[in-house]
Amino acid sequence: MILVLVETDATGAVEVSRETLTFARDLSAAGGGVPIDAVVVGAPACPVAELVAQLATYGVRQVHHATGDAFSAYGGASWASAVQTVREAAGSVVVTAAGTPRGMEVLAHLAARLGVAMAANVVAFDGLAPFTVTRQVVGGAALEDMVLGERPAIFTVAGHAVEASPAPTSGEGRLVTSAPEVAAADLVARVVSAEPAQEDLSGGLKSARVVVGAGRGAGSADGFGDLLELVDLLDGALGVSRVVTSLGWRPHHEQVGQTGSRISPDLYVACGISGAIQHWAGCASAKTIVAINTDPDAPMVAKAHYAVIGDLHEIVPAINEEIRRRRSP
Amino acid sequence: MSQALDVLVCVKRVVDSTGEVVLTEDEQSVDGRYAGFTLSNHEECAIELAVQVAGAAGGSASVLTLGEPEAVDQLRSALAVGCTAATHVEADPGAFGPADVAREIALVVRDHESAGRPHDLVLLGNDAADTGDFQVGIRLAHELGRPVVNGAATIAVEDGHVVAGVKGPEGRETYRVPLPAVVTVLEGGVEPRYPTVPGRMKAKKVEIESRPPGTDPVGPNRRRLRLPPPQPSEVQVLGKGADAAPAVVDLFERLGVVAR
Repeated sequence: MILVLVETDATGAVEVSRETLTFARDLSAAGGGVPIDAVVVGAPACPVAELVAQLATYGVRQVHHATGDAFSAYGGASWASAVQTVREAAGSVVVTAAGTPRGMEVLAHLAARLGVAMAANVVAFDGLAPFTVTRQVVGGAALEDMVLGERPAIFTVAGHAVEASPAPTSGEGRLVTSAPEVAAADLVARVVSAEPAQEDLSGGLKSARVVVGAGRGAGSADGFGDLLELVDLLDGALGVSRVVTSLGWRPHHEQVGQTGSRISPDLYVACGISGAIQHWAGCASAKTIVAINTDPDAPMVAKAHYAVIGDLHEIVPAINEEIRRRRSP
Repeated sequence: MSQALDVLVCVKRVVDSTGEVVLTEDEQSVDGRYAGFTLSNHEECAIELAVQVAGAAGGSASVLTLGEPEAVDQLRSALAVGCTAATHVEADPGAFGPADVAREIALVVRDHESAGRPHDLVLLGNDAADTGDFQVGIRLAHELGRPVVNGAATIAVEDGHVVAGVKGPEGRETYRVPLPAVVTVLEGGVEPRYPTVPGRMKAKKVEIESRPPGTDPVGPNRRRLRLPPPQPSEVQVLGKGADAAPAVVDLFERLGVVAR
């Protein structure tokens, strides 16, 4: 059996968990139809019945729901303890989860408890004997082929490695509720309080239809005037590369990239951004990318849909002027 | 817990991967001959937090690495910003998997404890910038039998507990865990300080504890590294310089992002 740790939000299983279920189905098929079970720890953020029905459409046979006071607050060790109990009772040869912070944390605890390896951010598998996975390393700039020879094979699936899609044939979707015991030591590190981020300053950036990005090419903290005007004209948001925040030119909540916000606007105008892989990780989902850069060979130019070659300090004011000119009666 | 708080921060010398990534001929690691070496952003923040937390408690911060001889550079950079002691487990890091590294760090922590220098709090980066294993801190906590908080952006120590702030799905989550403990750090909560000239001078004078690994590594189960296939560029160049502005605005209008 393949056991998939599922995370939830108000709409059901989160997208990356559904991607992981889709990945697990491919693995199941390669293994001759190994059953896929899901494990949900604590109260899900959506009604249980709806979640079970949704998971069935992804081919899930049983949904193991671990309940009890031990899971009233999140803790990596306590969740791992629950997954371990479910695995031992149900007997799985693979345990997987989405490559989210919690997915990584819980499976790392599980791997440490069981004394086996864990592969993080897997994007594909290649062969079952021995079980070999390909995973993202160096922030996605390189791939590693890694052997997971032990049982259970434990790995997390990188976000968007596969597209989430329901199974051609639904699974049984049977709910199995349990209340696993958790050792006191596993309850020490748990969330003691959580407050909705009072001001999620990056919220506007993540939901903006248009993002104007700025990198080292902005030149200095004073180099953002024209860019901010373009943001206004397009009713968008400003996003910046890591170098901009580390130089102190703009605040961290405006950062786009692997360690900043991941955005998926209709239009991303990347101005003076070379396009390091870490930045690309945050903006690759933009539907249309326009790069403005002095270097025609910059990675951002190569990856963009459209490009303008030249200095953003000449081009952006000209674009602003052109927009204003067309607007004026 | 000892009288004065002692924080150990664990770092790794990694290839600077902000530019083009080149692999070694044996396909086992990233080639740093041209790109140079650095610390990950998470670890720079972990160093900053270690120095801040130790400073606030009147304690001290030490730094540890497992790496080749040149990894001394990374230890010195941590010493230059406020760490006062350094331990270097001299080994080829490519031969060590995440469980091996955790075991080696645990050995050092236990040895230091036996020598009367317990590390109340051990900080690590959330994940290494090169191997991206996302597990060394958790495995270390298991080795030491300590609680672990993962992905903290902020850390404070009060009343024998570490209070860590984590940006999680429920918003800003707080953990409060008794010392001794392990915490892994995500960048974004603090600004790493730059070394001062006196700081650098002082760092050069610190004697680094150098030791061999205590166990034979199992290894990382790595077959090989490879680069993702290059995506063919389909970029359409709209023009050069300010003259391209009308073409850009035409595009914006086609995309419907400019009010006409």
